[in-house]
Amino acid sequence: MRIIPAADVIEAVATMCMESNVELPADVWAKFRECAAREESPSAKEIFRQLLENADLAKETRLPLCQDTGLAVLFVDLGEDCRVEGGLRAAINEGVRKGYKDGYLRKSACDPFTRKNTGDNTPAIIHIDLVPGDKLKIFFMAKGGGSENMSRVTFLSPAQGWPGIKDFVVRRVAEAGPNPCPPTVIGVGIGGNAELSAIIAKKALMRSLDDVHPDPDIAAKEKELLDAINELGIGPMGLGGKTTSLGVKIAVAPCHLASLPLAVNVQCHSSRHREVIL
Amino acid sequence: MSTTYKLTTPLTDEDVCKLVIGDVVLLTGTIYTARDAAHKRLVESLDKGETLPFDLKGALIYYVGPTPAPPGRPIGAAGPTTSYRMDSYAPRLHSLGLKATIGKGKRSDEVKAALTAHKAVYFGATGGAGALLSQCIKAARVIAYEDLGPEAIRELTVVDFPLLVINDATGGELYVKPKLDM
Ligand code: SF4
Repeated sequence: MRIIPAADVIEAVATMCMESNVELPADVWAKFRECAAREESPSAKEIFRQLLENADLAKETRLPLCQDTGLAVLFVDLGEDCRVEGGLRAAINEGVRKGYKDGYLRKSACDPFTRKNTGDNTPAIIHIDLVPGDKLKIFFMAKGGGSENMSRVTFLSPAQGWPGIKDFVVRRVAEAGPNPCPPTVIGVGIGGNAELSAIIAKKALMRSLDDVHPDPDIAAKEKELLDAINELGIGPMGLGGKTTSLGVKIAVAPCHLASLPLAVNVQCHSSRHREVIL
Repeated sequence: MSTTYKLTTPLTDEDVCKLVIGDVVLLTGTIYTARDAAHKRLVESLDKGETLPFDLKGALIYYVGPTPAPPGRPIGAAGPTTSYRMDSYAPRLHSLGLKATIGKGKRSDEVKAALTAHKAVYFGATGGAGALLSQCIKAARVIAYEDLGPEAIRELTVVDFPLLVINDATGGELYVKPKLDM
């Protein structure tokens, strides 16, 4: 059994919190440039210009890209032949605490009733999967509230099938309009059950914007959804344009005979994520 | 054709009434931050007949919860938060003299009606451009509800803060309607 020192996990998580909030992932940066070049409307061009300038400035000054530095969401693949000294969850939360403090990041976690801030952005939202091997892989996402609020979980009737799924997702994006800071990234979880559809939709957002789903049928569905969403014309910041979303990422899981669970997780243009293997 | 105006605070009826959707305003002066929890307290204070921590007459409220100021800077990243969560509070504040709010995203019909009734506007700032917008903030100080942390009310001194008129005082709205013809 490999023992991973807690300090290694704490350091790795703290670094991901700080880095992801000041430096836009390369895939998002590239997608901004690609989409900006396609836009014709002056307002869409201007928003992309500001977003690119913001990303440059954040990287240079170490000021966060966005003031909503998010709830810390982590997906962990824990090898069955390793363990973290002192406990994995404790180490991750300590890393989040440290990253949000040392990085001058905003603490956005609060009690749902009293709305009292927990003060250190913990507890993080942590999903742990056991996998073969002795490695620890941690995906980190800083998830903003404005885009998360636009997310939904629903249950379609199996008879509604793909047309029903497509209709729900596109309508969701249409209704969200300018609220989640478009251009967005849309995570779609199809199947599973109430909680699994939501979890896979969120995890799908960890994929790089430029990757193509390995299943050609799903890859085609992602493109079909993205095209339909961009036909809406909402555009950057809701001011009109060709880019309402930067990408659609679908994840699928088997479900009950009676159900067609569907989750839509909306991510904003400030799609901040990192991963590390220890 | 949209026009660019340079305006200074406090805003007057005249300032507000010339603005139409799509106009750009470069704002200089003093604005106040308030979001969810601060609005709740402001309205509770009004219910109790207390005086508010700042004068609403001609004022602008910026819906923002900034990141902590790093050493050597007045404030951290400071872009807008989604405005609809403040919709239930805004009409009352407009009726007491608030001239504008700054945020992102759609407003309710009640808010739009209040803008017309009380000669006020809703400005959009670019969501997720927190580092960029922070450059226009020259000073910041907490003036109320310090215990709310990022949600405390701050007085911000801004210079040429870039704003876009989303809803004007005549009922106009800049956001595009999604083309939904499935
Ligand atoms: S939706 Fe995203 S970009 Fe917009 S304010 Fe929230 S975290 Fe920032």
